[in-house]
Amino acid sequence: MARWLTGALALLVLLSLPAFVTRPHHRHVLIMILLYAMLAAAWNILAGYCGQISLGHAIFFGLGAYTSTTLVKQAAISPWIGMVAGAVVAVVVSQAIGFPVFRLRGHYFAIATIALGEIVQTLFINWDWIGGARGVFIPIRRPDSLLHLQFHESKQNYYYVALAMFALALLVTRVLERSRAGYYFRAIREDQEAAASLGINVARSKQLAMAISAGLTALGGTFYAQYILFIDPESVLSLSLSILICLVAVLGGVGTLWGPLLGATVLVPLSEGTRVLLGGGGKALDLLIYGGLIVLISVAQPGGLMALWRKGWRRAA
Amino acid sequence: MSLLSVSGITKRFGGVVANQNISFRVAPGELVGIIGPNGAGKSTLFDVITGIEWPDAGEIRLEERRLTGLRPDQVSRLGVGRTFQKLRPFQGMTVLENVTVGALQKCRDVAHARREAQEALERVGLGEKADAYARTLSTGQRKRLELARALATRPRLLLLDEVTGGVDQGSIPGLISLIQDLHRAGMSLVVIEHNMRVIMAMAQRIVALHLGEVIADGPPEAVTRDRRVVEAYLGQAYA
Repeated sequence: MARWLTGALALLVLLSLPAFVTRPHHRHVLIMILLYAMLAAAWNILAGYCGQISLGHAIFFGLGAYTSTTLVKQAAISPWIGMVAGAVVAVVVSQAIGFPVFRLRGHYFAIATIALGEIVQTLFINWDWIGGARGVFIPIRRPDSLLHLQFHESKQNYYYVALAMFALALLVTRVLERSRAGYYFRAIREDQEAAASLGINVARSKQLAMAISAGLTALGGTFYAQYILFIDPESVLSLSLSILICLVAVLGGVGTLWGPLLGATVLVPLSEGTRVLLGGGGKALDLLIYGGLIVLISVAQPGGLMALWRKGWRRAA
Repeated sequence: MSLLSVSGITKRFGGVVANQNISFRVAPGELVGIIGPNGAGKSTLFDVITGIEWPDAGEIRLEERRLTGLRPDQVSRLGVGRTFQKLRPFQGMTVLENVTVGALQKCRDVAHARREAQEALERVGLGEKADAYARTLSTGQRKRLELARALATRPRLLLLDEVTGGVDQGSIPGLISLIQDLHRAGMSLVVIEHNMRVIMAMAQRIVALHLGEVIADGPPEAVTRDRRVVEAYLGQAYA
């Protein structure tokens, strides 16, 4: 009951936030928080619940961004259709990646996903038809239109789209937690051989976790493209993006429902703040701070912020 | 007709021969004990039967079905449940969730599986621990948890690796009667056990392994008098 109440309260706050936060830059920070919370939630399904730490999720983010953008540019197809198409592409690619890579365990799996991310980024940098290293501008459309997912008058509508996507990721996670697949994912995370000895087809479960995670991540990529209206391999396919997604989830609490939002709420303002304060000169400073935070978290509280939250809750109760 | 037939199993790890031409059978409803000193190849044999390791030679059948070459999950779905010598509970899940994972194999939905998991927990005497995290359990309780988890898959054959190993003396009688209850209810079991008193109390037949080979196979009284078993494992005091 208390859980439901907290959840309902959180959603209410999230829904009414634009009424209080009116300055464009502050709204931008909120939108990025929701976007990263959503990406971390998607990552969490594969890494937090199923235990497969991926450091290549930018691949799926980039595929989402590039698929919808290419469709918008080459065929003037609505980015909503492009979003679905991007998710399909990401799922297909994730299955092709998973087949060989899931044979590796632990660190080796993580390293392989880093390598794959770098390969995909290099491919896109050298692929001129979709813009190569120069990137792509998404053609501006006026007036504002939900159909074309472009809003220039106010960021409020972007905020609600981001909120809807975050809610979707949350819902998928919640449903998974209570489903057969959710039990299987967690069993695999805890002990792959014991899970198999109970009749779980480990390879198939991992592929499923990968598919769900990749598809959701791609939705975020399309949203990002339509929001920033410019994408290039550096912004949507970089290793630092993959790592940031992972950091948000780890800071918030791996394998928890609300951890991703908590992590994003701390990390995104930090990144935006250092960017504004230090400009291009402080490019890596946010990563430096993240690094410090991660060391602190893994030493002091491996359960992430969610574990701290729960401790506080128990003390209060 | 045998439930389990192990014929001519050989398993090598590099130059080490863990199992050498091992053959034995388990009849339906039988409780077979496997004894032997450390390194005799007992756990490897379980790993080979359950598909974790593939044998270099030989064949394993469950009734007519060939198990050799199948993955562990396929062997489990055909009805072979097991526990591990080195206990492997899902630490970050509750006791009930642990067993639910097993129950899901045969149950259509999660709610049904949770009910069946609760029943399995009552059966092994862990009903009250359902909501505790697995990592908080004692060794004896973990043994029961692994047993419940395997039972929840509704196996036709249970392979138990060291039921009483590492368990305090006080918990042993409870575990023995639990296994005897399962046996009386018709379950077929193969039990690896070091404690001779335990194995003599339970087993209808004993297979003794030494250096990867079967050195004796027969009724407990006969096997414990076997000269090679005494020399390799029991020591003169037992003769």
